[in-house]
Amino acid sequence: MEPAKYIITSTPHIRSNHSVSGIMGLVAIALLPTAVASVAFFGLKALLVILITVASSIAFEALYQRLTGQEITIRDCSAAVTGLLLAFNLPSTVPLWLPIVGSFVAIVIAKQLFGGLGQNFINPALAGRAFLMAAYLPHMAGGFVPAFTGFNNLNIDVDIMTVATPLMAETPPDFLTLFLGNHAGVLGETSAILILLGGLFLIFKKVITPHVPLTFIATTFFLAWLLGDGWGFEFALFHILSGGLMLGAFFMATDYSSSPITPIGKIIMGIGCALITVLIRLYGGYPEGVSYAILLMNCCVPLIDKFTKSRKFGHSSRFKDLSKQI
Amino acid sequence: MKILTFKKGLYPPHHKSFSEAFETKVINPNVDDMLIYPMSQHIGTPCTPVVEVGDRVLVGQKIADSDAFLSSPIHATVSGTVDKFDTALLPTGLTSPAIYIRTDGLMEEDPGINHAYDYKSMTKDEILATIRGSGLVGLGGAGFPTHIKLNPPPGKKVDSIIVNAAECEPFLTTDHRVLLEETERILLGLMIMLSLFPGSKGYVGIETNKMDGIQAMEAMCQKEPFKGNISVCALDPKYPQGAEKQLIYAITGREVPSGGIPADIGCIVNNVDTVISVHRALYRGRPIMRKIVTITGGAAKNPGNYKIRMGMRYIDLLNQVGGFKEEPYKLIAGGPMMGNSMYTLDVPMTKLSQALLCLTKAEAANVEKELSCIRCGKCVSACPMYLMPLELNHFSLVNDLESFKKGGGMDCIECGSCSFTCPSKRHLIQSIRIKRREVLAERAKK
Repeated sequence: MEPAKYIITSTPHIRSNHSVSGIMGLVAIALLPTAVASVAFFGLKALLVILITVASSIAFEALYQRLTGQEITIRDCSAAVTGLLLAFNLPSTVPLWLPIVGSFVAIVIAKQLFGGLGQNFINPALAGRAFLMAAYLPHMAGGFVPAFTGFNNLNIDVDIMTVATPLMAETPPDFLTLFLGNHAGVLGETSAILILLGGLFLIFKKVITPHVPLTFIATTFFLAWLLGDGWGFEFALFHILSGGLMLGAFFMATDYSSSPITPIGKIIMGIGCALITVLIRLYGGYPEGVSYAILLMNCCVPLIDKFTKSRKFGHSSRFKDLSKQI
Repeated sequence: MKILTFKKGLYPPHHKSFSEAFETKVINPNVDDMLIYPMSQHIGTPCTPVVEVGDRVLVGQKIADSDAFLSSPIHATVSGTVDKFDTALLPTGLTSPAIYIRTDGLMEEDPGINHAYDYKSMTKDEILATIRGSGLVGLGGAGFPTHIKLNPPPGKKVDSIIVNAAECEPFLTTDHRVLLEETERILLGLMIMLSLFPGSKGYVGIETNKMDGIQAMEAMCQKEPFKGNISVCALDPKYPQGAEKQLIYAITGREVPSGGIPADIGCIVNNVDTVISVHRALYRGRPIMRKIVTITGGAAKNPGNYKIRMGMRYIDLLNQVGGFKEEPYKLIAGGPMMGNSMYTLDVPMTKLSQALLCLTKAEAANVEKELSCIRCGKCVSACPMYLMPLELNHFSLVNDLESFKKGGGMDCIECGSCSFTCPSKRHLIQSIRIKRREVLAERAKK
């Protein structure tokens, strides 16, 4: 018999060209317009915050994996995406060491200590944000620069004029402003339309399904209309356009490892996130509830997954008997 | 045109253009070639030889058979001399006892074959016995003896007989060719099957990437005696559309119950080649001796569809049609999704052979390192059995047999869609298959 010279493997012998780095790359592309907009609104300080957060996230991932003797997987781009999302949750006024602390919590504590990529039970970027909110509230929510005033404020020591986020406002702001984004806020929550654009891009590219964002936004709109006293329709519109809702719905609540797998589970996730968001915003102590809503729902994902398993083919009692099928 | 399909699944690239336009060409073995007949060419008990070493055998002569219920005889496909009994390598990598026959090139036929039967005047048992006598098994690759499939357990009322011409495996084009070249024989063969189940209707399922096949079949269905008895079903070219359970669901909307058989829900599915062979067995009295095999892939010099004599080795066929264009990276018996990779071509073609796929390095999947599961859910949205491959993979890796069974591991049809789509290149179907084999072996022991 001739010597074996062809490789033997199990099936399948062809595979799709999907890859983890490809998916993460698409998410990064989807976030790019928002990143550019934040620099446009808040100046080069915003760029600095983004760069520091992304770089420190990648560095912490590499460092942790190096110290624990694991393979370094920063090339899958997931740490970079986490860094980008964390940066979008920070105002441009933060001191520059703050993003580094946030990256540590996000990458090392929320992600790597639980097993790394795919094993984290909560969204790492939101965990980082939640920690910073709890530990450094004055820096995180002490003040937001109005858009288009940050250009002269590269020096962080300069006392800057701060304004409240629109969610603290007494009257609804101009909707066009909210939609386009030139209002005060954290880096990534300002321009609803750019986030929407990025989110639709991800849906179009089949990176995410519309289940979570659609139910999240629709339910928030409906609940705000129902429960909000005073402004009605405008109030509801205001709630879905402002704060981190769009960013959370498209980019945070859809995080693979901390969101349900089945379509039904995703719908529950979206509705749950919306419910908690509205409760916090209308009746809670914080003006913004999206991040805590998502974190709380993250913790419910194992349960949701357990109870929303799809029926297996040929397992329904409906299909046991021929006469019932015909 | 209404296009039918099943839920979930995916769309791999078709790669059918290599060979789909090539008319089937007959290839005979050369004088003095050795033909090899493994005793295991079907699901069930292997055959034992009914000839002796040194015997002269004729084309169509029965050379091996078994008394077992689940079995099917094997016939010589050439005239020549029985050279030896030895083992032979199968595409699966297993070996089987085999009869080796050296052909004399005369192609002298057994006088017992070529008897035209009139099936309309035969009883059901006589028809089934004729089908068994022709050595017919499921030619789509599964190899389940056809006479048993056409004789379901009592109490099952069959009302739909489905011809599987979906050909959802990329690269393969044999079903496509027979749809065009033997249109009427397919329907005549199906009429024989329908006659076994009074009142039943026939369906021919074809994917829409074979529009000319659909049109030819639809035109033929307008003629007598097919009109009103047989209809053509256009299917979405989605993988695994040709899997039995998915095909039945697409055409009838019925689900084969877990652990059940198609006859439980009134269906019988046969590959298009099997149906033609039923026609050949009854109308012309010929046992199954030929098989159409697609030679394809970027490394094949002359891709095409070849009607071979079973028992020929892949290497004999390849040499007769020009060999390789370039050194192949991987050789596969069958399609790229479910076929077996082979380390040598010194392997005989049997009733189960469908194709020889010569993949270049660029065409074949790299053997890549597994990355962590990112829970993207692509495998879940691809699984045609509605399972959670990522969970089954986990249960397999941690050796949790109970959870594996509870998670539907034994419902898996091993189509490989999960592994195909996984961005982390995880060995999903591979790990699931290992545990399935374990459970099956355990069941066989009991």
